[in-house]
Amino acid sequence: MAQTLVQKIIARASGQSHVAPGAMVSCKIDLVMAHDGSGPQRWASQLKELNAEVWDTSKIVLITDHYVPPADQESAAILKLTRDFAKAHGIYQFHDMQGICHVVLPEYGYLKPGMFACGGDSHSPTGGAFGCYMAGYGWTDIAAMVITGDTWTIVPETIRVNLSGGFADCVAAKDVMLLLCRELGMDNSFKVVEYGGGLVADLSVQERMVLTNMAAELGCETGIIEADQKTLDHIRAHGGHVDDDALEWRSDRDAPYEAVHDFHISTLEPQVAAPHSPSNSGPVSAHVGQRIDQCYIGACTGAKLEDLHMAARILKGRQVSPETRLLVAPASALTTKHAVADGTLQILLEAGVVMLPTGCGACAGLGAGVLAAGEVCMSSTNRNFKGRMGHKDSDVYLGSPYTVAATAVAGRIADPREILADAPAHPQGAVS
Amino acid sequence: MTGRAWVYGDEINTDLLAPGYCLRLPIEELAPHCLEALDPDFAGGVRQGDIFVAGDNLGLGSAREHAPGALLTLGIKVVLAKSFARIFYRNAINLGLPALFFAHAHEITMGDEMDVDPVAGMVRNVTTGKQYQVNSIPPHLMAIIEDGGLMAHLKKRLAS
Repeated sequence: MAQTLVQKIIARASGQSHVAPGAMVSCKIDLVMAHDGSGPQRWASQLKELNAEVWDTSKIVLITDHYVPPADQESAAILKLTRDFAKAHGIYQFHDMQGICHVVLPEYGYLKPGMFACGGDSHSPTGGAFGCYMAGYGWTDIAAMVITGDTWTIVPETIRVNLSGGFADCVAAKDVMLLLCRELGMDNSFKVVEYGGGLVADLSVQERMVLTNMAAELGCETGIIEADQKTLDHIRAHGGHVDDDALEWRSDRDAPYEAVHDFHISTLEPQVAAPHSPSNSGPVSAHVGQRIDQCYIGACTGAKLEDLHMAARILKGRQVSPETRLLVAPASALTTKHAVADGTLQILLEAGVVMLPTGCGACAGLGAGVLAAGEVCMSSTNRNFKGRMGHKDSDVYLGSPYTVAATAVAGRIADPREILADAPAHPQGAVS
Repeated sequence: MTGRAWVYGDEINTDLLAPGYCLRLPIEELAPHCLEALDPDFAGGVRQGDIFVAGDNLGLGSAREHAPGALLTLGIKVVLAKSFARIFYRNAINLGLPALFFAHAHEITMGDEMDVDPVAGMVRNVTTGKQYQVNSIPPHLMAIIEDGGLMAHLKKRLAS
């Protein structure tokens, strides 16, 4: 019987040859990821209470990213507890302050096609860019998983989204997701979205990760993209072992999708989501001129190396307007390292960017860069719910790194294509 | 279980239920900030046994368990919504807070007296006298709730 990729993964994980959408099944987990917010802080006492041990340290990855670097004693205590737990329980796949969990996982080649993976964070669907099932869970679920190695799930329906065409100038995967939040809505709970089509085939792995990352904003259990040679090359280049037959993890040709949506992207313009929902989106032109107090490039969604490249393309030879400020929190230590090596960071610094440490930071209203009452932010992050990035009376607009950088140059929301159309004041990129 | 209804609309997200700046705090200290950006009277007004009613996609957003945790801490005993975000739904069950899909949420008015039986799938608006049949919580999830949440449930499983 024909199945979608996610059905096949769940069937394998639950020891069956076929599963039907709607069935409740118990799955053996291939990988559990937790961060400082969903990790030992929450489990340590539970494990003690249950007199239980960690099930399999080879299948657990622990990453600190939410409370880093600690700006107060509470955060410092959470991080200390996390480190102490990792040491005491032999959790050797522990990445402390090295970046945002969803970006760090593929940097170490952890994710492989066909895996049933679980993450203690809502943006865990990001992992689906590597052809695995990866859904988000709260910390009690995660605590149970690290003890038992299994969990229940209701087999989800799959929505297929075919993306065709190519990007117009200054358009990125982020713009596609703001379009999809508007077109498909954010209430796709207990469903998964599978992306395919010519555009997805052409996309880099990092841009594919934006599609699966913001499957969370569609309300989907996960986003998933069938692996191709590019996927396998990426995994191998990052130290993961994967066989060529991993490419066989695909949906059957006549798989039973709940719905199939086709979007031709060539005519898509840069998108902006206005407060207070990612689905409140439209062309940037609708918001050009809006006052912006802070521009923010950060988070699992919008601060990977390619995101910084987009920003640098706009900022090269230009300056952040004195009318605003541009904060950049690279998504991982590796991102920063590469951005130094290829000159990207130099361009950002010369443009007047304020560099922040790597971590979830202001995206979750936690770290450096939170907003005051009445402030307005233009952000490359994933959510702009009321109060998301600080005070409940602050506003957040969402856009791609191109649009955030263009806005920083203009001091108001700007169309990146128009910024690029004006010759930079310092074409060599050097400001004396 | 009977209680007064607190009724809200669609897409009540986790940033509203559990603001980011409160996440480091113990749940007892976070709970008074629940929904402060939407209804400053909510957290202070809830009484033990009250019932939370929402529209579509309740709890969208983060995986933070403080969202149903804050409702539970304030005294909410059951959550009814037209639809739930998946992680919020699981988190509620895992904390022992019954969550029922309720298509007629829009027929409930703030302050209505409600009577809810999650096992039977019965929702009654005592104020209007109208009674609704909803899907009961699946037995294996109800077992988690009846044990007092996933950890207590697991303790039983490990002991047996």
